[in-house]
Amino acid sequence: MSVFINKNSRVIYQGFTGQHATFHAQEAIKHGTNIVAGVTPGKGGNTHLDRPVFDTVSDAVSQAGADVSGIFVPPQFAADAILEAIEAGIKTIVVIADGIPVQDMVRVKRYIIGHDSIIFGPNTAGVITPSECKVGIMPANIYQPGRIGVVSRSGTLNYEAVAQMTALGHGQSTSVGIGGDPINGANFVDVLSAFNDDPDTDAVVLIGEIGGTQEVDAAEWASANMNKPVIGFIAGVSAPTGRRMGHAGAIISGEADTAEAKMNRMEELGVHVVRNPADIGKTVDRVLKA
Amino acid sequence: MNIHEYQTKELLKSFGVPVPDGRVADSEASAGMIAEEIGGERWVVKAQIHAGGRGKGGGVQLADSIDEVRKHADHIIGSRLITPQTNSAGKLVQRVLVEAAQNITREYYLGLIIDRVAQRITIIASASGGMDIEEVAKTDPDKVVRVAIDPAVGLPEFLCRKIAARIGLTGPLMPQAVKLMRALYRCFRDKDALMAEINPLAIVDGDRLLAIDAKMSFDGNAVHRYPEITNYRDFDEEDPKEVEASGHGLNYIALDGNVGCIVNGAGLAMATMDAISLHGGAPANFLDVGGGASPEKIANAFRIVRKDPNVKAILLNIFAGINRCDWVAEGVVQAMQKQAISEPVVVRLSGTNYELGQEILKKSGLPFIHAKDLDDAAGKAVGAVGNP
Repeated sequence: MSVFINKNSRVIYQGFTGQHATFHAQEAIKHGTNIVAGVTPGKGGNTHLDRPVFDTVSDAVSQAGADVSGIFVPPQFAADAILEAIEAGIKTIVVIADGIPVQDMVRVKRYIIGHDSIIFGPNTAGVITPSECKVGIMPANIYQPGRIGVVSRSGTLNYEAVAQMTALGHGQSTSVGIGGDPINGANFVDVLSAFNDDPDTDAVVLIGEIGGTQEVDAAEWASANMNKPVIGFIAGVSAPTGRRMGHAGAIISGEADTAEAKMNRMEELGVHVVRNPADIGKTVDRVLKA
Repeated sequence: MNIHEYQTKELLKSFGVPVPDGRVADSEASAGMIAEEIGGERWVVKAQIHAGGRGKGGGVQLADSIDEVRKHADHIIGSRLITPQTNSAGKLVQRVLVEAAQNITREYYLGLIIDRVAQRITIIASASGGMDIEEVAKTDPDKVVRVAIDPAVGLPEFLCRKIAARIGLTGPLMPQAVKLMRALYRCFRDKDALMAEINPLAIVDGDRLLAIDAKMSFDGNAVHRYPEITNYRDFDEEDPKEVEASGHGLNYIALDGNVGCIVNGAGLAMATMDAISLHGGAPANFLDVGGGASPEKIANAFRIVRKDPNVKAILLNIFAGINRCDWVAEGVVQAMQKQAISEPVVVRLSGTNYELGQEILKKSGLPFIHAKDLDDAAGKAVGAVGNP
């Protein structure tokens, strides 16, 4: 099994006919993803990649049974696209768009209350259940089916960790990107909780960054609730305070935000902390064989 | 994006926040003229730079005559102001704000932030004004009122009254506080701000609320919606290398070390810096080339990294998903051929089109140091600094 998406997911891409969405939809289809339709306002009634195009997400839900959406629209329109997906009843919303205004996301997070949807991102490389379903921009060939759950803020650091794991024969149940923005959808705890309940996930790799307290909150939750090992890495030990390191969320504003402080606290809470980003795969191997 | 105090006050005033009478001057003469226009007997001359702690560095001066205003302006404009928030070289001051000095009875703190925990805008208020609010929150958390704002209703009057009462703004001051808080929130919301701070907010002449100092920063992903805010950007306050990099779609931040880094993705870029540190080296910069990087973009990244004279070796670490290793490799070859790079260049490529990328590098016959993974790359880059 897996979490959030699998071979039965009925996926749409919003912004389907755009150049990026087209390329990544093709890649996803090659990987076995069940893309049932796409949405591009104004192009309803057309066909793209042999799939129907709808004007609205509601049409894609009622006529194609969509329950997962990948949002590929430009950042200035992305919040509107997320609201549309929530309103239409899409269960899993993956927001690839990078550069969504923070206050747009504040309003989205208010609107989602009371709706049965979960958002991954914005600014995520996406979510992948290897060989079943891929909604995102990650290179599918480094992933392989297996029993390790992966959750990260960063996309490329996720690739780095996954490649190390796969090279040592440890495949992934699902790999989830929660995105690098300060206001995002699902947080680490939401994803850990899903992995904890998944009978086909044996351990979880959590990859965080400087800034905020999400990773420590997740470690606290894990220490109280998880019955599976958690392997953790925090990027940014060498980052200076007060400078934003690319991701809008990656800025050290207080002592609790530093990578060092986070890793120490996570270790106290029972997480298998990896100090060297090159040792993530090796640590997974060691923990599983222990 | 940060803006100056005088710009913040101009903006807040347009939303109805009361600010002192004042204007910005870029010379001694105009400072004197502004003081005359304002009138009164006492003025304050404030250096305009994007850094706090200006008072501690001598950047805020009181003047009791027009002559004194000119003297302070002359002294401050063109000087390098060193404050607890600047580096040791300080920041060049190009303008001063000349304001009527105020008769302050009491000081408060009022701020708005994007609260990551609440995932909302949070208002922060305190009766301990004029101080570092983070310090107050640490030592005396009861003195800091924090309320997360529901975006569905905004900041209603009752909530403002409640906050005002908690920090002791009662009686005739309460309606003023309510109006001011709501004006600040409207400005924050309508201009996509990330941070707004009035510190101190003061009672002057015993009965009037006034924003004595104010600071705001705005969401770089939203400023394009507001040309008037975009116009506030002061490029002189930014590192010229960082400005040039952002023009090329690169995210560059200068650091103190000597290993230049070119990486895709913020998380991997930080992890690469960490790996360099673990090998006993020091990164010269953070640089994220982003996704879909063209050969030209990679070549530009080399140019920007090499502008830092401390750089003794360059580490290129690309794990391509949306990127293509062949494009990256072409960019590296272009850079090596056109820029006469003398520093050792360590290249680690992985992911999309890896084989094509390797072939381009091999065919070029250029002296790259090939690295097979992250650890190998960091080790070789740090080693190369020692043995150029």
